[in-house]
Amino acid sequence: MLSIRYEAPRSIAEAIHLLASDPGAHVLAGGTDLLVQFRAGAKQPSAFIDVKRIPDLVGISLDTNGLRLGAATPAAAICEHAELGRLWPGLVEAVHLIGSAQIQGRGSVGGNLCNASPAADTTSALIADRAECVIAGPGGERVVPAERFCTGPGTTILRRDELLVAVVLPRPPARTADAYFRLIPRSEMDIAVAGAGASVTLDASGTCTAARVAVGAVAPTALLVDAAGQALIGTRLDEATLSLAAAAASAAARPISDKRGTAAYRRHVVGVLAKRAIVSAAARARER
Amino acid sequence: MSIPVRITINGTLRQFDLDPRMLLVHLLRDACTLTGTHVGCETGICGACTVLLDGSAVKSCTMFAVQADGAEVTTIEGLAKNGDLHPVQQGFWERHGLQCGYCTPGMIMTSVQLLSRNAKPSREEIAHGLAGNLCRCTGYSHIIDAVQYAAGMGGAR
Ligand SMILES: Cc1cc2nc3c(=O)[nH]c(=O)nc-3n(C[C@H](O)[C@H](O)[C@H](O)COP(=O)(O)OP(=O)(O)OC[C@H]3O[C@@H](n4cnc5c(N)ncnc54)[C@H](O)[C@@H]3O)c2cc1C
Ligand code: FES
Ligand code: FES
Repeated sequence: MLSIRYEAPRSIAEAIHLLASDPGAHVLAGGTDLLVQFRAGAKQPSAFIDVKRIPDLVGISLDTNGLRLGAATPAAAICEHAELGRLWPGLVEAVHLIGSAQIQGRGSVGGNLCNASPAADTTSALIADRAECVIAGPGGERVVPAERFCTGPGTTILRRDELLVAVVLPRPPARTADAYFRLIPRSEMDIAVAGAGASVTLDASGTCTAARVAVGAVAPTALLVDAAGQALIGTRLDEATLSLAAAAASAAARPISDKRGTAAYRRHVVGVLAKRAIVSAAARARER
Repeated sequence: MSIPVRITINGTLRQFDLDPRMLLVHLLRDACTLTGTHVGCETGICGACTVLLDGSAVKSCTMFAVQADGAEVTTIEGLAKNGDLHPVQQGFWERHGLQCGYCTPGMIMTSVQLLSRNAKPSREEIAHGLAGNLCRCTGYSHIIDAVQYAAGMGGAR
């Protein structure tokens, strides 16, 4: 058996240098995707670059502008944070869906994004919340909107020598809230048949002034559905409007058929989930 | 490549030189002969391998041992103190929370974390908290009884 290197750099610069100098090196965060893939022989890294020891990649900081989530912060820290569940209940719900308590003790939002499963639960929630991905590479930092981060199943815009450092979210304005819903065949511990995230902003009279809807598991990547968000703006989210938004989410879907559901079923269900996410986000926004 | 690692296991600091590929569960079972931590699936699903890493429940089959460098690991063998069972162990004993016992160490370790974060969980909260642990014998209801019993005894300790 070939030997494999393990490195635990303490800085972003060191990690980038390690990635740049070994084309077979893979970033390791919680390992809840990568270790399983490695043990199954699906991925064969020449080196694991453990990023959990880099202070900039682990931690949660919240200020008046918004939130910065270190890419390798364990999901459990996000779920247990006192403020995040109040400001971004939908995102925290999505994070809380990742596996079980033990998976959340290790797994990270950065890993969920970088693994680029079309069904990754946090990706649609992040897109709905206008998240941006902070990427570091040999040339410095670049920032990319979450909806442009994944390019296909298992692929992202990261170059070989780049690292996802953090995701940043703008603080929600007044009367803004989010929600995330997924459908799984069992009650726990399964992968989404379809998922939908929404963020809704209302004015004092209850009219929607901004909205974002994103869907997951129904296309090669999670998708921002502009038409669904646009359908809501300027309305009071009456039943007819909600149906339009649901239809837009279904229309944007390009699902496959597999053991979890047929393409037609997924297309239908993602519309239902989008509508539920919008209704739930709006109900939360009214309480703010 | 072999990596020097220091891990505190059940209160004792241990040093190892490890192949990076060695899973934490194999270090515990093979190098430390702490065979109470079980291996069920080795793919992160069943929870039989659950241990506490710095107080947080993790599946030791989805971690390399080198990743635990500097950490404190608690296994099922580390729960009883001076021969007194931990309240969660006592609960499994009193409420028949096991049959074959294969899942039990993992169930207990996850329950310890659950009670340390929620001292009085409802049955639903217990079932949700144990979603990452599979049992093929008990049908789960005695396991939930066991955790409730432990909560009644003052739980996490
Ligand atoms: C039992 C079980 C249940 C699960 N349930 C769910 C679920 O319900 N929903 C869900 O969405 N997922 C689920 N997952 C998948 C997994 O837990 C998540 O995707 C998790 O968020 C991955 O995070 P990680 O830190 O463990 O990533 P890792 O496994 O460490 O990494 C994943 C991938 O991303 C890359 N990577 C990680 N961090 C970075 C970075 N900072 N920069 C560049 N590349 C990086 C790695 O190289 C690797 O390719 C489950 C997994 C298991 C084992
Ligand atoms: S052996 Fe680790 S989860 Fe099954
Ligand atoms: S007691 Fe047999 S698997 Fe749980």
